[in-house]
Amino acid sequence: QNVGCRTLSLSAHVGFDSLPDQLIRKSIKHGFCFNILCIGETGIGKSALVSSLFNTNFEDSPSTHFLSNVRLRAQTFELQESNVLLKLTVVKTVGFGDQVNKADSYQPIVDYIDAQFEAYLEEELKIIRSLFSYHDTRIHVCLYFISPTGRSLKTIDLLTMRSLDSKVNIIPVIGKADSISKTELQEFKKKIMSELVSNGIRIYQFPTDDETVSEINTITNAYLPFAVVGSMEKVKIGDKMVRARQYPWGIVKVENENHCDTIKLRRMLCTNMEDLKEKTRAYYESYRRCRLEKLGCRDIGPENKPVSLQEVIEAKRREFCLEMEREEEEIKQRFVQRVNEKAAVLEEAEQQASMPVLTKSECLMLMHQEEELKLGEKKKLLEDEIAQFIEKKAITESIKSQVSVSTPVVSWKTQGLQKVSADA
Amino acid sequence: PHAGPVESKNEAAMSELVPEARQKPVVPMKPMGINASLLGYIGIDTIIEQMRKKTMKTGFDFNIMVVGQSGLGKSTLVNTLFKSQVSRKSSGWNREEKIPKTVEIKAIGHVIEEGGVKMKLTVIDTPGFGDQINNENCWEPIEKYINEQYEKFLKEEVNIARKKRIPDTRVHCCLYFISPTGHSLRPLDLEFMKHLSKVVNIIPVIAKADTMTLEEKTEFKQRVRKELEVNGIEFYPQKEFDEDLEDKTENDKIRQESMPFAVVGSDKEYQVNGKRVLGRKTPWGIIEVENLNHCEFALLRDFVIRTHLQDLKEVTHNIHYETYRAKRLNDNGGLPPMTVETEENHESNL
Repeated sequence: QNVGCRTLSLSAHVGFDSLPDQLIRKSIKHGFCFNILCIGETGIGKSALVSSLFNTNFEDSPSTHFLSNVRLRAQTFELQESNVLLKLTVVKTVGFGDQVNKADSYQPIVDYIDAQFEAYLEEELKIIRSLFSYHDTRIHVCLYFISPTGRSLKTIDLLTMRSLDSKVNIIPVIGKADSISKTELQEFKKKIMSELVSNGIRIYQFPTDDETVSEINTITNAYLPFAVVGSMEKVKIGDKMVRARQYPWGIVKVENENHCDTIKLRRMLCTNMEDLKEKTRAYYESYRRCRLEKLGCRDIGPENKPVSLQEVIEAKRREFCLEMEREEEEIKQRFVQRVNEKAAVLEEAEQQASMPVLTKSECLMLMHQEEELKLGEKKKLLEDEIAQFIEKKAITESIKSQVSVSTPVVSWKTQGLQKVSADA
Repeated sequence: PHAGPVESKNEAAMSELVPEARQKPVVPMKPMGINASLLGYIGIDTIIEQMRKKTMKTGFDFNIMVVGQSGLGKSTLVNTLFKSQVSRKSSGWNREEKIPKTVEIKAIGHVIEEGGVKMKLTVIDTPGFGDQINNENCWEPIEKYINEQYEKFLKEEVNIARKKRIPDTRVHCCLYFISPTGHSLRPLDLEFMKHLSKVVNIIPVIAKADTMTLEEKTEFKQRVRKELEVNGIEFYPQKEFDEDLEDKTENDKIRQESMPFAVVGSDKEYQVNGKRVLGRKTPWGIIEVENLNHCEFALLRDFVIRTHLQDLKEVTHNIHYETYRAKRLNDNGGLPPMTVETEENHESNL
């Protein structure tokens, strides 16, 4: 990986050996998450096992046998052990194996697993994304519950596991294993494993490449499938309360490795969590590859020139955006149109409603105005007449006064004047 | 001085001069909400060991860039930080060699190992920065290089069949060397930091701090901090990326008191009080690089390497890279992607 890089020796302590601690500190702050899928028939003990694995009673209501199809129910819990905070999601099948026709039973499960991959892919492809705070719901491990018949695997088991083995880590377990005797159990386990191999079903193998764990993992691999017993109840043994199942002939202790493999399963799940997540990432990558290839993306396009995935996505996105814009415009236009229509209608109605009122008052006003004018005119006429009358009176009075002043005789001039004035 | 875990002889010698950075407690300060309580040991906490094993196996990448005018001691400082000749010193420009006409970008990678932890360290030098008569836009080649690394990563990430571990050449940390004028920041400093603080984590460093007295140093640092604030330059650790109260109190102290670190670098050892220390010998005394009374080199080293190394990478990945990616995918729409060799659409990105 480090091509062309010299290895240098340090002359003193630098301090970057604290890097794993820095990383761990951040991871602890951020918290961890783990997602388990339990597939099994109704009543096979899925809830009891999960509760026993994590020594906590996860409340869940028992389901009926009469569901028409297989559904999945997911519940998330927060567990804390010392400074590790774990967000545990447990997904259980509901109604698995209850239908008369089980041909499609596995499909909802496959769809669920794909849906989680799809959700992650969607987030990854977003332009503004927050992968750091994204709650990863991809299934990290699938516990497949085999019925404790003691014979062999059922067809539905083979069908389901085959449809899932390229998408998820499968760990087969034998549920309610306290109903099988020890010798029968050995035979049963051998039979199951050989059937899995002959059907080409890949199950999860605990990693054996790291020397520190390879020995214990190889030994544990030989115990597959795990014969598990779970219990929600506790029984008093000595002075302690332990998870157990009490029978008339004895007590099956869940945490006793001689009685069942539940503790082995717990240990393996916990100590290989990181590896399970790593392999899930690899499954996700192949899902992503298929999905993107289906969308028509290629890493090398025609003429062998590298084609970018983002080009295709961008082209599609632009198409989509343009489409959205077009639709938006359309809707806007329609809206504007309707608004205008409505406005016109309203205006008309308004006009009609208010017109008579206006005209009436207008009429009244007009009438009033006309009356005023008429009166004004009359007033003027009267005033004119009064003025004329006053004038006439003044003239008459002045003539009267002139006549009385002119009687004392003065000379033939004044006579003449008189005559003239009399004539005038 | 508080001595932490002793790891080697050198460590023991220096622990009396320099207070060891306390190993950060692995337990988070506040307990988190519990829905279902566990009784009895399950083994969930083994995930910590699994993580540690995994990271030790895969190793780490770290890319550090140094920017500053020539002669400010960049190479010496980087060599002192990583206690090895990771950066070849340019012993001044030879008469025959000319000062580069533009800023050059030189990236040299080394693999170093300590305590089982393998690190691929790449030091990116920028000779020619600030050395021309006209230094306008001399940050552009640097910004271009940084964006090219984001582009490289993006291309890998966007491939259909992609590598399990994408090689990380992105610049995680950019040490910007400030000349110890004692007055204020130069316009070039402000220009560079204004442009680049938005694309990369910048850690400003006062170079050759042995030319200032303690009072001058304190005043200069205050002035520099003020100027950076006034100009809206957010250096690392950026306020907005403090994750929680614990981070904030720790980083506030660093932002408001310690930074910018006034450093002195040296790769020569001298005998002081019977111990061998890294230092600079002058007629008036030996300046001990790792002595906190003499300079703040140890603070810088602890900050960058011992406490915030992982955070530098995370801020680069979660924030700077995401910003670049979002801009790229938005702006370029169905245009052909930018290739690293030919930069047709580069202008549009900037």
